[in-house]
Amino acid sequence: MSESMPDSQAAFDVQTQAREADDDILLSVDDLTVTFGGEKGVHAVRGVSYVVRRHETLGIVGESGSGKSVTSLAVMGLLPKTARISGSVKFRGKELIGARDKGMSAIRGKRIAMIFQDPMTSLDPVYKVGAQITETLKVHNPHMSRSQMRARAIELLEIVGIPNARERVDDYPHQFSGGMRQRVVIAIAMANNPDVIIADEPTTALDVTVQATVLEAIKAAQKETGAALVLITHDLGVIAGMADRVLVMYAGRAVEIGGVDDVFYQPRMPYTVGLLNSLPRMDTDEKTRLTPIVGAPPSLQNLPPGCPFNPRCPLAVEECTQAEPQLVEVDGRSLHLAACIRSDELRGQDRYEAGQVFETTSSDDVLPADIVSGDAEPREALDGEDTSATQQDGTES
Amino acid sequence: MDKTEPVLKVTGLEKHFPIRSRLFKRQIGAVKAVDGVSFEVYPSEALGLVGESGCGKSTTGRAVMNLQPATAGSVVFEGRELVGLSRAKMRPLRRNIQLVFQDPYASLDPRMQVQKIIAEPLVIHDVVSGDALRRRVRDLMHLVGLNPEHATRYPHEFSGGQRQRIGIARALALEPRMLILDEPVSALDVSIQAGVINLLDDLRSELGLSYVFIAHDLSVVRHISDRIAVMYLGKIVETATTLDLFQRPAHPYTQALLSAIPLPDPARERTRERILLQGDLPSPANPPSGCRFRTRCPKFANQLSSQQQELCISTEPLAESRDIGHPTACHYASVERII
Repeated sequence: MSESMPDSQAAFDVQTQAREADDDILLSVDDLTVTFGGEKGVHAVRGVSYVVRRHETLGIVGESGSGKSVTSLAVMGLLPKTARISGSVKFRGKELIGARDKGMSAIRGKRIAMIFQDPMTSLDPVYKVGAQITETLKVHNPHMSRSQMRARAIELLEIVGIPNARERVDDYPHQFSGGMRQRVVIAIAMANNPDVIIADEPTTALDVTVQATVLEAIKAAQKETGAALVLITHDLGVIAGMADRVLVMYAGRAVEIGGVDDVFYQPRMPYTVGLLNSLPRMDTDEKTRLTPIVGAPPSLQNLPPGCPFNPRCPLAVEECTQAEPQLVEVDGRSLHLAACIRSDELRGQDRYEAGQVFETTSSDDVLPADIVSGDAEPREALDGEDTSATQQDGTES
Repeated sequence: MDKTEPVLKVTGLEKHFPIRSRLFKRQIGAVKAVDGVSFEVYPSEALGLVGESGCGKSTTGRAVMNLQPATAGSVVFEGRELVGLSRAKMRPLRRNIQLVFQDPYASLDPRMQVQKIIAEPLVIHDVVSGDALRRRVRDLMHLVGLNPEHATRYPHEFSGGQRQRIGIARALALEPRMLILDEPVSALDVSIQAGVINLLDDLRSELGLSYVFIAHDLSVVRHISDRIAVMYLGKIVETATTLDLFQRPAHPYTQALLSAIPLPDPARERTRERILLQGDLPSPANPPSGCRFRTRCPKFANQLSSQQQELCISTEPLAESRDIGHPTACHYASVERII
């Protein structure tokens, strides 16, 4: 049947499917929230849930300030004590939130490893790279001999594609280029055959040709260890090439999640649609005008009422300001969820058709502070023809 | 475009930074950041200058503007030679050629009202004052898609994209005929970047501006530029019209660069073959002999016989058309469709 199921039914199905594949689930994050500061705190993450299965790559995509990095730091237990965290993060069924530092240390670096954006700050400049790899090995394998560790370090450097690994193992980080350093970081991350690798913007600081080789190194590491990969990036191209499933974040929440093809070819949350259409198209030879998302992301201290995307959304109607929409199944496709009350109206449209609701404007004349001031009026189109108004007229009855 | 004179003609531009000995500060070498770059920009044309970090694209932009005096070569802008001009002689010419910087957070004075920032060039060049000045600032804000009512606000109240627009308004204040845009959108999130790109498109057609658009992101460069010059280690390796460069790249470096761009299209990404470059960028203080790209060139390493390699090692390839139809600095250039 092609009719969409009621929400409760959809949610039930998602749960059953999740339970069936339970054995494969390595990491499950449930309703994770992170708040910084006191009374009027910054709600950096507001209820994020996802699961990562064995051998799978989950891409987390979002713009600056969407909470994608904080989510992964919370999973790794690396946030400062001032952060208030709630919800649940389970690694193979074991709860990590609130785990003692000692228990956490046994998992971190061994079962779950992390690759950070800037390889220069994650490597220690005064130690040889070989020593930094063996350090990770030593902590989790106290019985390994020195020569075994050294051999393993060389082997790891070879896997991530460092030429002359036998000699380079005794070099210092400054003797490596940016891309090479990031490969050393990847070698450290995979040293203990982790079950999950979390990579936070691993190639953002690198040039494209270097990025290509580093992504190959990550793929090699994943293949070698069989680890699940959580890849956090703002680059939709990288996600398209690496991820099996995609989670799109906006204002501290997941607004769309699904298989990479579903999300890229049939996005059902206007934010995802806007994001995909704001990229210059490479697949056509004639030039098409870009569709920016007007305005700026809301302040996480002062969110607009209802859907946090409503001040920038061309589909926004009065109802969007009433309540924040939950993630619900769309298109009757299993495990493709979107948080938008009007996502059904995008049904059957590809990303470019869906993108027509955005204007190809070149102006940007609302100050960020004015967007989040909380007035519940849906945004009027700024100039020229008022597409959002006609959309509203056509659908309200 | 064919028969008109270029607005900007750069020939053999070099910018070397001296390396000095510690003790006597004698020059013992030079970082050849830009080492013989030539290109032209025609009226209302956008030329994209792409390359990876350290290829000298930003230094080229600054040397063209005479912000960093060129070591050698010639920059002719609207018929006048800029290389060797003193600051005082350069100043009136800057009205016609302006620079937009990358970082919209660092390039605006945080303690100046936006109207003052935009008015500054008009005041310095003593163009207008009083009410006319205020009107001009409002017009400029409107032109770049900002709300003129925000003229008395400070930079921190604006988003990154809006700040970049303020920088563009300031650059446009003196009605220049050419803008040199140095990575103008790379600090911005994609959803906001798109609006600034649309603005640059509009301004060019409305005001008939010429652009030198310096960027590392090929998809953005492709969208904005009519022609593209690809730089590697201080030299231009290939120049072609945008369509030609993307459909018929002939230099191995251009091909590697194109193959490395991740496309936001999962099905295509799954089937793509990547050309991976080995090794690191050589130091511009001591570039390889002959062809500078040979140390990382996949063609050199995998396809050429040792006899053919001799030529790459001994002779620097000049940017010539070689039956390709556009200048390519490779002895063994051959067209290959990548995207």
